[in-house]
Amino acid sequence: MRIGTLKESYVADAALFDSRTQKVWLAIAAALLALFPFMASDYWLYMACLVAINVASATGLNILTGYTGLVSLGQAAFMGLGAYTVAIVQAHWNTPFVLNLLAAGAVAMVGGVIVGIPSLRVKGLYLAIATIAASFIAHFLFANLAITGGTGGISMQPARVFGIDLDTSFRLYWLIVPVMVLMLLGAANLFRTRIGRAFIAIRDRDISAEVLGIPLLRYKLLSFGLSSFYAGVAGGLWAYFFRVVTPESFPLSMSIFFLAAIIVGGMGSILGSILGAAFMTMVPELLKLVFDLLPGGIELTVFLSPVRLVVFGALIIGFLVFEPLGLAEMWRRTRRFFHLWPFRN
Amino acid sequence: MDWAYLFEISLTGLASGGLYALAALAFVMVYKATRVVNIAIGEMLMAGAYLFFTFSAMWALPLWLAIPAAVLASGVLGAVIERTVIRPLLGEPPISVFMVTVGLGSVLVGLVEILWSADQRRLPDFMPTSPIMVGDAFLAPKVFWGAVVAALFIAAVLLLFRYWRGGVALRATASDQAAAYSVGINVPRVFSLAWVASAMLAAVSGIIVGSIGGISSSMGVFGLSVLVVVIVGGLDSVLGALIGGLLIGVVEALAGAFLGGEYKLLATFLVLVAILMVRPYGLFGTHEIERL
Repeated sequence: MRIGTLKESYVADAALFDSRTQKVWLAIAAALLALFPFMASDYWLYMACLVAINVASATGLNILTGYTGLVSLGQAAFMGLGAYTVAIVQAHWNTPFVLNLLAAGAVAMVGGVIVGIPSLRVKGLYLAIATIAASFIAHFLFANLAITGGTGGISMQPARVFGIDLDTSFRLYWLIVPVMVLMLLGAANLFRTRIGRAFIAIRDRDISAEVLGIPLLRYKLLSFGLSSFYAGVAGGLWAYFFRVVTPESFPLSMSIFFLAAIIVGGMGSILGSILGAAFMTMVPELLKLVFDLLPGGIELTVFLSPVRLVVFGALIIGFLVFEPLGLAEMWRRTRRFFHLWPFRN
Repeated sequence: MDWAYLFEISLTGLASGGLYALAALAFVMVYKATRVVNIAIGEMLMAGAYLFFTFSAMWALPLWLAIPAAVLASGVLGAVIERTVIRPLLGEPPISVFMVTVGLGSVLVGLVEILWSADQRRLPDFMPTSPIMVGDAFLAPKVFWGAVVAALFIAAVLLLFRYWRGGVALRATASDQAAAYSVGINVPRVFSLAWVASAMLAAVSGIIVGSIGGISSSMGVFGLSVLVVVIVGGLDSVLGALIGGLLIGVVEALAGAFLGGEYKLLATFLVLVAILMVRPYGLFGTHEIERL
């Protein structure tokens, strides 16, 4: 129980950040995010950009799976749609990157609605299977359409802002992290609105939600569209970050990665998306470190990718069985422990 | 249009559809009894094939020993999976259980790549190799005998379902869990039984599929077609699994022959979309699925 958060109006009750402590911590976090690129090495900047992209995409998936209760295994495919959109639009029209990212989100959203219409009309896990189908169809299209450059993919120019090429991790950081923060704020605010609450109602009991006057198909489609939009924008950032987009860049295992990220982080929690995506992005790096420490390192590196698969799967299973609310819940418990510390609560 | 060619292709499709039907049966068995959508069905198939590979090619066991050993080992694997992963989630929302099977698939693929590497392997040949002629149509012997074995197993499973005590218990649990409890059926044990039987069936179809096309760690893709089959047939319908299997087999064979190999999965998924639009509960599934 938190102390000292007396609320006198509904506005205060619905506020996103309601206590001073919270605001102070947020300010510190923002300052750290702004200072980080000046202190960190290239490797950590690279990781930070990657984490930020994954956080953006995981947040999208969390809107769908954590808040609306629908599973998608097509997050990577929609990221691919976004990445290809950015690459193609950039190559053909050389438009500013903000426009490209929005276009990436819009295209992914349209793709999401097309996949969603047949599968969201029925209850159950049909969306999950339809999204697997969609990711294979997307892979097929990426590899076979003339505009996507076939199996070789597309290489692209770096994004340009005011005549500066965003070609290093340091420069990209200033593009990727603000976009991620915007998307996180958007998601956090979404759940203060009618739409977001409707999503939660659908997750908790769809029939009751319909009785309350929530048109289910429309809201499920909206949720899926939003989630795909997030994936599309994240995919666009991904394209700017790696600057080459191939059909193999977005495999099904990447979708499983995002599912694992939100399960590990905590479904139905914005903090969960952040923690989960950051944790899951670091896991392969940790594994690499462990492998370096083991004797006979070189021969063992072939095992890196299968071990990663096993670890991802085991994390999904382990968290679902032992801690279904994820890292966010662990964090909450820790915080609560220290809240009245050293007194017993 | 060359009718003889079309006939030949359709025949091949029907034969490979038999394999889909067998794998789909493995899926439906678990779904009917426990309401778990097991997305790792393709990976369980793969595990069975790799176990057979180990016993027959690496340990050089004779065939009559290697096949039962692989099937039994898969049954043990099914029991372990049920006990360690599925049982703790009993009563949790279906989406959690579903996601657990996603994780399971990932673990199985990873383990196979660690133990046997990601390379494509060939299973030892054990089927007759003389070509099969049906009328004027040629049928690859492996495909034909694979279909025959699949048909035999399907028949055996159906008979077991009908007459064996365990099969009756399974059907009873599927149709009404509470009633099954009240007549003294040990429902949790039935759940285990369903997983064991499903894993064994998956292993049989994995061995056949592997001996036709070779085995690799991406064999799980076969499971995607199986998922489409069960949705087309209706998730909880045995008859649907059989007919859906044949249907998808024919569709894939036709798409592969007339459009090219890369269109196979595409055609399958288009059938999926069409079915979702028209009959979301599948051809023979229970109409309980609510349209929302």
